[in-house]
Amino acid sequence: MASELLELTVARAAERIRSGELSAGEYFDAYREAAAGDPLNAFLWTAEGPDEGGAGEGELSGIPVAVKDIFCTEGVATTAGSRILEGYLPPYTSTAVKALREAGASVLGKTNMDEFAMGSSNENSAFGPVKNPWDHARVPGGSSGGSAAAVAGRLAPCAIGTDTGGSIRQPAALCGIVGMKPTYGAVSRYGEIAFASSLDQCGPLTRDVTDCALILRALEGRDPMDATSVGIEGGVELPSREDLKGLRFGIPRELASDAEGIERGVRGVFESTVELIERLGGELAETELPHAPHGISAYYVLAPAEASSNLARYDGVRFGPRADGDDLTEMYERTRHDGFGDEVKRRIMLGTYALSSGYYDAYYGRAQRVRTKIAEDFARAFESFDFVVTPTSPTVAFELGARTDDPLAMYMSDYCTVPMPLAGIPAISIPAGLAEPDGGGPELPVGLQIAGPAFSESGMLDAAHALERAIGFDSVPGGGS
Amino acid sequence: MSGAYEAVIGLEIHVQLSTRTKMFCGCELSFGDEPNVHTCPVCLGHPGTLPTLNEQAIHYALMIAAALGCEVPPLNEFARKNYFYPDLPKGYQISQFDKPIAVGGSFADVGITRAHLEEDAAKLTHVGASGRIHGSGHSLVDFNRGGTPLVEIVTEPDIRSAAQAREWAQLLRATIRQLGVSDVNMEEGSLRADGNISLRPEGSEELGVKTELKNMNSFRFLERGIEAELERQREILESGEAVVQQTLHFHPEDGSLTPLRSKEYAHDYRYFPEPDLVPVAPTEAMLAAAREAMPELPLARRDRYIEQVGIPAEAAATLAFQAEYAEFFERALEAGDGASAKAIANWVTGELVAALRDAGDVDPGDSKATPEAVAALAGMVESKAISHGSGKRVLSKLVADGGDPAAIVEAEGLGQISDSGELEKIVDAAIEAEPEAAEQVRQGNQKAIGRIMGFVMKETQGRADGGAVQKLIRGRLGAG
Ligand SMILES: [Zn+2]
Repeated sequence: MASELLELTVARAAERIRSGELSAGEYFDAYREAAAGDPLNAFLWTAEGPDEGGAGEGELSGIPVAVKDIFCTEGVATTAGSRILEGYLPPYTSTAVKALREAGASVLGKTNMDEFAMGSSNENSAFGPVKNPWDHARVPGGSSGGSAAAVAGRLAPCAIGTDTGGSIRQPAALCGIVGMKPTYGAVSRYGEIAFASSLDQCGPLTRDVTDCALILRALEGRDPMDATSVGIEGGVELPSREDLKGLRFGIPRELASDAEGIERGVRGVFESTVELIERLGGELAETELPHAPHGISAYYVLAPAEASSNLARYDGVRFGPRADGDDLTEMYERTRHDGFGDEVKRRIMLGTYALSSGYYDAYYGRAQRVRTKIAEDFARAFESFDFVVTPTSPTVAFELGARTDDPLAMYMSDYCTVPMPLAGIPAISIPAGLAEPDGGGPELPVGLQIAGPAFSESGMLDAAHALERAIGFDSVPGGGS
Repeated sequence: MSGAYEAVIGLEIHVQLSTRTKMFCGCELSFGDEPNVHTCPVCLGHPGTLPTLNEQAIHYALMIAAALGCEVPPLNEFARKNYFYPDLPKGYQISQFDKPIAVGGSFADVGITRAHLEEDAAKLTHVGASGRIHGSGHSLVDFNRGGTPLVEIVTEPDIRSAAQAREWAQLLRATIRQLGVSDVNMEEGSLRADGNISLRPEGSEELGVKTELKNMNSFRFLERGIEAELERQREILESGEAVVQQTLHFHPEDGSLTPLRSKEYAHDYRYFPEPDLVPVAPTEAMLAAAREAMPELPLARRDRYIEQVGIPAEAAATLAFQAEYAEFFERALEAGDGASAKAIANWVTGELVAALRDAGDVDPGDSKATPEAVAALAGMVESKAISHGSGKRVLSKLVADGGDPAAIVEAEGLGQISDSGELEKIVDAAIEAEPEAAEQVRQGNQKAIGRIMGFVMKETQGRADGGAVQKLIRGRLGAG
């Protein structure tokens, strides 16, 4: 009975709860038990029961949601995967979590993540790596790895995460689920611990496209507490499309055929998905995003620059652990030395350097110009196409430890997902099939990424829905190692 | 300054705006409340919080821009100024860098480089002997002040003396006070001034090496601090050495200047555009609202006093540039009571200013001598109902205890002696008492008349009309 409940989509479960067929308490308990058992190290905290005052009349009434531990929840430990926030109890709740509660959902737990969302494998968490439910020896992707693993591993029906350079879409792809990064400004960032403010965006991780639309519908909206939030005008429509007639899809050669480092198996799944698009009536043509290959370089200047400033507040003065020191400077240095992990320190150093006087123009200034060029590339492509499609991740899930000593190889995990947040546009990853890794081994999920113009979420979800039906991805992670 | 060098001075003025709430959160502004009660997750820099812009602060800044004759660029943008300090909860201050809200103005013959908006830091109290962070055992942070909106006004190096710097800063203060956008209280820190100071050979167009002077928390200290620094630089230059660029801290207790440790100011602030806020594009409506909200400003008021009210230039400036006195004067003028504007202006700028200063720097708004009473007093003297001397006595009574001048005159018997017979007797007595002076007057020495006048005034306790007495003396001594 419980295991059958864990297979329901959010839409189905909500419908049953509304009709009285299923009790919200029973549904929550089934997940609470699963999450408490957590074989994936996906959760850093799980709730005892549904939120008080939750389970209201909304569209998500009775639905448990796994929340990336980057969202502040009043009175509930919020760590952003970092030692420097160990024991920190936020005095307020993020707008995204409030929005989910208003729609009737309850927080099931807080999920593990790369420290301050910096990472593509979840190995940068201060609280241990998350395991991929398809193969426990492999990474779930990152930085929203805990959220993706929990949803794929049937520990949560749905989750929210944040995407800065691919942190929702890449783990969704590696875990075989749906993940969407909405347009910058669609969802409030208030209460979402900042990594790179001009890129960070909250979005859903779900088992299917309809659930993704349901969660996004609850999340989006203008928030007076976030000056950069605008919401999605007209809201989010639930998807219903069954074909792709009349839609034009561009394949950017820089992120597909010409891209280096795309695994053979990933390429194969991508090519058959492209054929499927055509069979569904979609028009296809190659296009170009000439500056997209520079996305990673620009990203690894801009994101660390903003992060170096955003992370300055962790100084031991007002919250979090404080190390002893003989004077102020020593207290700062020891607190931050003990509190931050290696990758976070690396990016703070990178970002501090990029903003330094004398280097600002050469690094930050130039990266901003590349960013503008990338946005212009997309705008040009969207004159001829409704969407562009690419593989989400160049590879399937890799083995734990495989890239931890090679930050540059790790950074390339985001090659296909970084250009979209730089341009501020939305993109979704849906499971497209299974493929063997280049080195051989069991088949693992491959994601297809669809990106569209700003605020094209409803149309994008509609197209993704048609494609999802045609792909018919129904594999379930077997676990094991 | 004299001799071969010319002073080149620019000022940086920080003005705390008196908006209802802080720059980027909903906390109310306060002064003197118990520490850390006006705080929230945003102004404490909690993880995940974001700034939202205070529209009233933008409005106030646009008013200041208009008052300083600044240009308002089509777009202004906030930037992060990054440095670590316990009074800065986010590890950066949200300020404006290369896109300030106002540029290129001119105010009272001094060019305005720019004016920009930023948030104030929290208040630090270093516990220990020195009162400075070095050598103190621990420090206390009060975040009530953190996030208060500030406008920083930067001038061109157009000021040529310490006295001019003080006068200009006082006029700026009066102007901002008139705008109603700040309390502009230097002791409480709602107005803070730093100076950029250098010397150059007279006639030279090049700028010398400058130093930055901080901690001048009154107009008197501003003038004294700049003077001390100019003197220091002149000694250095005259001895053939070079001025070193540095930041100096002025100690008002003994007038000394000490350099700040380089660690305390040598920052690379790593400015970059604040990604949590969107740039502000002031609309025509916003600019119009700022212009319309402007009251009459001190400079315009001075000109009106001179041209329309008919007050001498010096008194007009004294009144117009000190909002407290201008308000007092205007109320007295309204009460009128038969006194001319000039008479009221003389009483206010002369006797009242002195009396209030002697009473311990009383603000005219808090004075027991009301504008109505001072107007009545001026009228009585002008109409010769009482003598000027009696008027002064009445004023000191008014300043000490308040009340109605007519009643004081009555009670103290200060009414002018109008009985000419009585006055003639006193004059005769005076001539008798001062035979030498009388002889001199007879021989045409007009100055000697003062001695006899003095006797009369002493005898009458100032109740005699000076003009009438003089006439009588001359008549008696046949001196015209
Ligand atoms: Zn606040």
